Amino acid sequence: MKILVCISHVPDTTSKINFAEGDTKFDPNGVQFVINPNDEFGLTRAMWFKEKQGASVDVANVGGPETEPTLRKALAIGADSAIRVNTAATDGFAVAKQLAKVVQDGGYDLVIAGRESIDYNGGMVPGMLAGLIDANFVNNCIHLEIDGDNATASREIDGGKETVNTSLPLVIGGQKGLVEESDLRIPNMRGIMMARKKPLMIIEPIDANAETASVKFEKPAPKGAVTLVSPDNLDELVNLLHNEAKVI
Amino acid sequence: MSVLVYTESEQGKFKKAALEVASYAKAVANQMETTVTAITFNTGDASELGNYGVDKILNVSNADGFNAKIYADAIKQAAEKEGAKVVIVSSSADSKYLAPLLAVGLNAGYASNVVEAPTSTSPFTVKRTAFTNKAFNLTEITTDVKVIGVSNNAFGLVESTGSAAAENFSPTLAASNISVASVDKATDKVSIADAEIVVSGGRGLKGPENWGMIEELASVLGAATACSKPVSDLGWRPHSEHVGQTGKPVASNLYIAIGISGAIQHLAGINASKIKVVINTDADAPFFKAADYGVVGDAFEVVPQLIEKLKEFKAQNA
Repeated sequence: MKILVCISHVPDTTSKINFAEGDTKFDPNGVQFVINPNDEFGLTRAMWFKEKQGASVDVANVGGPETEPTLRKALAIGADSAIRVNTAATDGFAVAKQLAKVVQDGGYDLVIAGRESIDYNGGMVPGMLAGLIDANFVNNCIHLEIDGDNATASREIDGGKETVNTSLPLVIGGQKGLVEESDLRIPNMRGIMMARKKPLMIIEPIDANAETASVKFEKPAPKGAVTLVSPDNLDELVNLLHNEAKVI
Repeated sequence: MSVLVYTESEQGKFKKAALEVASYAKAVANQMETTVTAITFNTGDASELGNYGVDKILNVSNADGFNAKIYADAIKQAAEKEGAKVVIVSSSADSKYLAPLLAVGLNAGYASNVVEAPTSTSPFTVKRTAFTNKAFNLTEITTDVKVIGVSNNAFGLVESTGSAAAENFSPTLAASNISVASVDKATDKVSIADAEIVVSGGRGLKGPENWGMIEELASVLGAATACSKPVSDLGWRPHSEHVGQTGKPVASNLYIAIGISGAIQHLAGINASKIKVVINTDADAPFFKAADYGVVGDAFEVVPQLIEKLKEFKAQNA
């Protein structure tokens, strides 16, 4: 089984988000970048398939050279090789189109991408990719088993979970649950040394039109100070929630 | 040319999110000087949609339960039949599942997590959340046909007078290679996605045996229960209740956090909630900086009292 894990290069959650050029561009200055957390759960599940079922695991990213340390980290965690499509990730559709080419050229059976990136939160790349290559697709996937060409997957639904039977080729929109947080791997020194020798292929992009364009960013209005209510005066809290906030 | 909206129902009844996207579709239709057509699946009486601005209903009854590929295909055919340039879906798990497939089918640009009516329809520009609620992104959709995913609880319900004419719609549907084996769903509980109020507990509650008061508070308020990441990692509560960046997103009207310190990953996931109340013994807990109302106090004393006060309030305002 050939697995491709799509890796987004995103600002660490704790980073302060700033914008530049008149709030039209994200400002990467001083920002620590990481593997998108939703992708990391998928990568770890892919490592399980590699170790237990002999799958091969490649990782791919659409982005400039600045994303390579993130791909190297994925290699240090255990992926076999990395692919970087050398173009800026302009929108979800353009990224999905580039990845569709990678999947078709590489003959991958299973593609795992995070349900959404924590930067643009588009939540569209896995589904669009599945639509473009006409593969089966399970989103918000919290459990995945593969047996030959057959797959059993669970997805989160509002208020519960649904388990489905499907088959390869398959695209997964992954998230926590594919593996537990405690199963995530921190690259060790041996992994980091080996990652340096693993192949990181740079391929040139195909023509792919973006369908959306970011015009401007805004930060939410600054929040007022918290209104503290004494624990001896909870009538006041009920009163505020009813008359001021109007939520009960 | 009308605006098409996918209105989800469950056991024949529309979800609140469906009425909200219908309201949103009406606002877009007004901007574009056109009408609203809704597509529903297996809904007996859909006339309620008329109260939220829908003019016409296409009811599909030749598809079974939800299947993202089949539903996306049906909605695509409805959009083509209606000549719709704008297709609107919600932010439910099912809508977020089918929207990218629908966008590919229609060669449409898709903007998700949209929080307001379009700021402009030419160029077509919408405001959406990004960076996990740390920013908004004004996004232009440049394709002829557009798909918009509206954030839950962002636009609200807007009633209008009118009535909707329903007709049957039977799209030609291909088979899917995905079949449902089982569904595990608590039918007696409010789901986090649909809830207007969410009551959430953290490690400050000391153990799973203390969740009785969380459930009681939720029950008094008609709220969903949720928990922080450490609580689900410790196995005190099921993963399905974990809210935060890697858990479920929350965009409720009221979010009550009890014994949760407010790690940045937690706040990122719940920040879209309108009003946040925190109850914590530690006055320096970061959550107080993100909250609207706070009580510095012991949850084991505050919560039971709050339950009593709310019961009195509910009795008076019933």
